[in-house]
Amino acid sequence: MTTTAPARCDLLIIGAGPAGMAAALAAAESGMRIVVVDDNPAPGGQIWRNGPGVQLPPLARQHREGLARHANIEVLSGTRVVGLGDRANTGDAAALILENATRGWTQHASRLILCTGARELLLPFPGWTLPGVTGAGGLQALIKAGLDVRGQRIVIAGTGPLLLAAASTARKAGAQVLRVAEHTSWGALAAFAAQLVRWPAKAWQAPTLLRPSLRANAHVLEALGNTQVEAVRLQRGSRTEQLECERIACGFGLVPNTHLGQMLGCTLGERHGLQVDAGMRTTVPGIYAAGECTGFGGSERALVQGAMAGHAAAGEADAAQALQNQLARWNAFADALHRHFPLRAETLAALPRPDTFVCRCEDVAHGVLRQRSNWIDAKLHTRCGMGACQGRICGAAAQVLYGWTPQPARHLLSPARIATLADAGGKPSHESATQT
Amino acid sequence: MSPAIPMVEVQLGEAWVRVPAGSSAVAVLAQQPPGRTRLSVTGQWRAPLCGMGVCHECRVLIDGRERLACQTICEDGMHIATSTAQSAGAA
Repeated sequence: MTTTAPARCDLLIIGAGPAGMAAALAAAESGMRIVVVDDNPAPGGQIWRNGPGVQLPPLARQHREGLARHANIEVLSGTRVVGLGDRANTGDAAALILENATRGWTQHASRLILCTGARELLLPFPGWTLPGVTGAGGLQALIKAGLDVRGQRIVIAGTGPLLLAAASTARKAGAQVLRVAEHTSWGALAAFAAQLVRWPAKAWQAPTLLRPSLRANAHVLEALGNTQVEAVRLQRGSRTEQLECERIACGFGLVPNTHLGQMLGCTLGERHGLQVDAGMRTTVPGIYAAGECTGFGGSERALVQGAMAGHAAAGEADAAQALQNQLARWNAFADALHRHFPLRAETLAALPRPDTFVCRCEDVAHGVLRQRSNWIDAKLHTRCGMGACQGRICGAAAQVLYGWTPQPARHLLSPARIATLADAGGKPSHESATQT
Repeated sequence: MSPAIPMVEVQLGEAWVRVPAGSSAVAVLAQQPPGRTRLSVTGQWRAPLCGMGVCHECRVLIDGRERLACQTICEDGMHIATSTAQSAGAA
């Protein structure tokens, strides 16, 4: 087997959502050789996800066209980071093992910017493993990618502005949205709506809070059905409600994707995100972070942070500093989001029954897990967190349900083909390696 | 009258399915309700959950290779099969 020459770049950016795109464009004028790696089929991340019938906003199109225009930016879509490789040069920020549908290799980079975004917090409730249950943002993403929901009755539940965005996307796609069941109180919703005037770009969201299908102080109790979703039971204040439906979209805000950063040794900061200083530097030299992986705060903040990180990585400290005021403005918006959509963990932790699976990869039930004392204990005794999602779903759920702190993956970030690991000279973990 | 959307034709199990170009494999699977993707380790059918490549519930075989349906854009002639492998990571 022939080995390829090590792939090298000056700046490696992981993630091509708003933050990653902004970072690449900010750094591009410096002439650095930039590689952007993203596991989605096309740049845009979740909020600017493209698909059939999707009308991308002008800013998204500008960023995509910008990436294509610069000869020194290479975008590798459909490519995942599966683990850490051996650094060829000690001065490099990182060497990452990458894999796409057909091959794997190690990418060496002098500088690294992590724009790994966030994933939905998905919490278990009885019946949540039935086909027809998705995340709220998950439903939006699937619809944008062509999922036909015309005529389907959908209930959207959980917490956060993403519920309203998902409801809007579903309605435009011809679905019948029966309910938006928002976990937080009417008081918090009203206070949030009133504040939106401080951020005119966000004020358009306020009227959507008045739709008759919206219910505050409400959450899913159970998904009902034999082989797929047929109905949902909701708690509304002190009453319960049952609605027949085809889909339940339930998400509880966003959790920063910090696994790769933690594997590289970066420290966590506020809101479970990667810690960054005023120059978007992480605690590891040569590694920057921007966007939702530093803590959820919305796409405008991600764009500013991305641009700052790009300038900083390119050695343009003044250009990065010039964006501080914009960042402060959108940080205030992030604060408002977190303040008005708090998670009432005690309510949500009471939802799963003993036989409700918390770990969907390994089918580990709540009744088994709650007897364990921490994440490591659970992992060793039940295989929770050892499946294909590497604990991204169940680890975040366990943090809410049991108060456990998930540990970063030790070897592999994602299931990988044996050939990728053999080429990289990495050590495959038995649980994570797959063969094709 | 909106302009005609270009379509692609893919094979889902034994049937041929047409979806708009740019659709993910999840859109194809959903044409056979309830859009199941894989069998869990205890034999439960699963379907896409997160829609963004995190949960791996949408693992299917595409042209004989294990792929995530939500992260795979359909191409003419692609073959999609639900995954009956019951282990979490190995096919």
